[in-house]
Amino acid sequence: MLNWIISGDRPRSRILAAVLIIILLGLLLAPFVFPGTRSLAVAARICVLIVLVASYDILLGYTGIVSFAHTMFFGIGAYGVAIALNALGPSWGAVGLGTVAGVAVSIAAAAVIGLLSLRVRAIFFSMITLAVASFFLILASQLSFITGGEDGMSFRVPRMLTPAFKLFEDEIFGQRFNGRLVAYYLVFISSLVLFLFMLRVVNSPFGRVLQAIRENDFRAEALGNRVVLYRTAASCLVAALAALAGVLNALWLRYTGPDATLSFAIMLDILLMVVIGGMGTLYGAVIGVVILSLAQFYLQDLMGAASSALAGIPVLPELIAADRWMLWLGILFVLSVYFFPTGIVGKLRER
Amino acid sequence: MTARALKTAGMVERHAPLAMAGLILFLPLILIDPGTWLVLAIAGLAMGMMIFLMASGLTLVFGLMDVLNFAHGAFVAVGAYLATGLLSPGGPFAGLMGVSLLGDVGAMLLAILVACAAAGVLGLVFERVIVRRVYGAHLRQILITVGGLIVAEQLITVIWGADPIPLPKPETLRGSIFIGDIAVERYRLVACALGLVAYLGMHFALNRTRIGLLVRAGVENREMVEALGYRVRRLFVGVFVAGTALAAAGGVMWALYQEIVTVHIGADVMILVFIVVIIGGLGSVGGCFLGALLVGLTANFMGYLAPTLALGSNILLMVAVLLWRPRGLYPATKN
Repeated sequence: MLNWIISGDRPRSRILAAVLIIILLGLLLAPFVFPGTRSLAVAARICVLIVLVASYDILLGYTGIVSFAHTMFFGIGAYGVAIALNALGPSWGAVGLGTVAGVAVSIAAAAVIGLLSLRVRAIFFSMITLAVASFFLILASQLSFITGGEDGMSFRVPRMLTPAFKLFEDEIFGQRFNGRLVAYYLVFISSLVLFLFMLRVVNSPFGRVLQAIRENDFRAEALGNRVVLYRTAASCLVAALAALAGVLNALWLRYTGPDATLSFAIMLDILLMVVIGGMGTLYGAVIGVVILSLAQFYLQDLMGAASSALAGIPVLPELIAADRWMLWLGILFVLSVYFFPTGIVGKLRER
Repeated sequence: MTARALKTAGMVERHAPLAMAGLILFLPLILIDPGTWLVLAIAGLAMGMMIFLMASGLTLVFGLMDVLNFAHGAFVAVGAYLATGLLSPGGPFAGLMGVSLLGDVGAMLLAILVACAAAGVLGLVFERVIVRRVYGAHLRQILITVGGLIVAEQLITVIWGADPIPLPKPETLRGSIFIGDIAVERYRLVACALGLVAYLGMHFALNRTRIGLLVRAGVENREMVEALGYRVRRLFVGVFVAGTALAAAGGVMWALYQEIVTVHIGADVMILVFIVVIIGGLGSVGGCFLGALLVGLTANFMGYLAPTLALGSNILLMVAVLLWRPRGLYPATKN
């Protein structure tokens, strides 16, 4: 049964299995174990990012192509829901319509980009996605009458997801089961289902062909697989998944803006999470997301404290200031591409 | 097909991009009065020349060694930040500046030389530490150079701080020259001249010198050049360093053009650089030059004719070129 749920893709490492179970339980019980709005926000962010990063891993780790437009699809999903909810009012119909529209636009955009650039060579794809994504970022911040411009747009979500809504009258384990919790569990369950779906995809014959293309595209083509079509199909699939992650993110935050969904910084975060966690395994995405998110939220405080403790020494405080944590992640990223390209999960599986 | 028809087809093949450039340059004359057109054309050419400086190194490095350096923008930023130190009122060249046009241009050239030298050294280190180990592996190359970009941008912030630094143009390069009653910005003319000199210099180096011959041969067929006993590797390091130096030169000029330097100055302009490299055909300096001019002209004409479309005009240009020629205007012959 369990084997069927995870599509036969076992963690293949005891430590990894234990860590994954802890993460799953932690996210499942987050509202009760880690009370407080900040930790709930971190948990929801982790759920959304797991979908986003795991879908990126299908492209990077399984198919072996680098896209810089993943946040663009994330943004299209988020803006789709935001625009629909603003135009039609807070109803589930609007959420559905926005989701469908966002996913459809993402798939169409991915198909056009793929057919235009994957025809030639994969490296073209990286450059073109970078150009198109930056174009979309400019578009979103300029067309302020639709997207709210730089400020982004706040919107109202269906009443069931608002703090005013009470699912039960009584408290459960000392927590009021209000709309925020409903929203959290919507995000959690959707993310879990999407993640299991992705596990199924990468362990299907389709996923095997993608890995064959990664290893040797010439040979995959010679075996009778249309490499261009497979690559394009993979990029359409992950575009749709990224758009769904965007929908979840928008519903949770009740806000969408260029910096929250489209910025290049998020793209770099995704890249770091995939590579540090381990390319070519979806569990790596989970590990990468959890470690980097916790670091982002909590390590920064630590670095700030360390920096002020070392005040007076030249250069050193500047190097470990709270804002400089990207420097150390960047160095870690470069080192991990060199020395352990299979990431944390790969290291765990070696033992 | 007869030999004659083949020859004509070859001519069309070779000159069609030039005809396209001519079209983009002169077609707006129908809609814009000649005075404004001249101003916009010079602005477009100036912008194109600066982008060419930054893009040429990238495209050559790719053509020669199949390395695509996503951290190229970091060297542009290094050039820009060095310019803020060198050309500020308290900087080392302050004595030259503000007196005459010659002094100002001289100071600017000196700043470019210093920036080139510094970026060249950094490029040498970057090639050693970052790029050398990942030749031949595209995926890791992209990842590693993006990692290099992150680290480089952070180090720049550590050294120069996160706040934007203003960089006023030297006194005599500000303002405009009047031709009749048409005002043309001086700095744009200087940028055009410098860019043209750089292009001609590069053209000369590639087509009239022995090293240039080897570089072109290496782009065309690397194994053959190696089989003839030349060390393409060493040649490549030289081209890589030259490419980073050119990026820094472009960075100095771009910073003076923008008059403000931010951490993302390199990453921002890299988008245009990538579009230019794609349009021109990866590995081709001539295509890169033409592509840069096309991008500059399109941006300026569209910015005037249809400001709302200007945002996407370069992307549309890229899409149009790729639909017409999937490998760019003048692809280097190696596949």
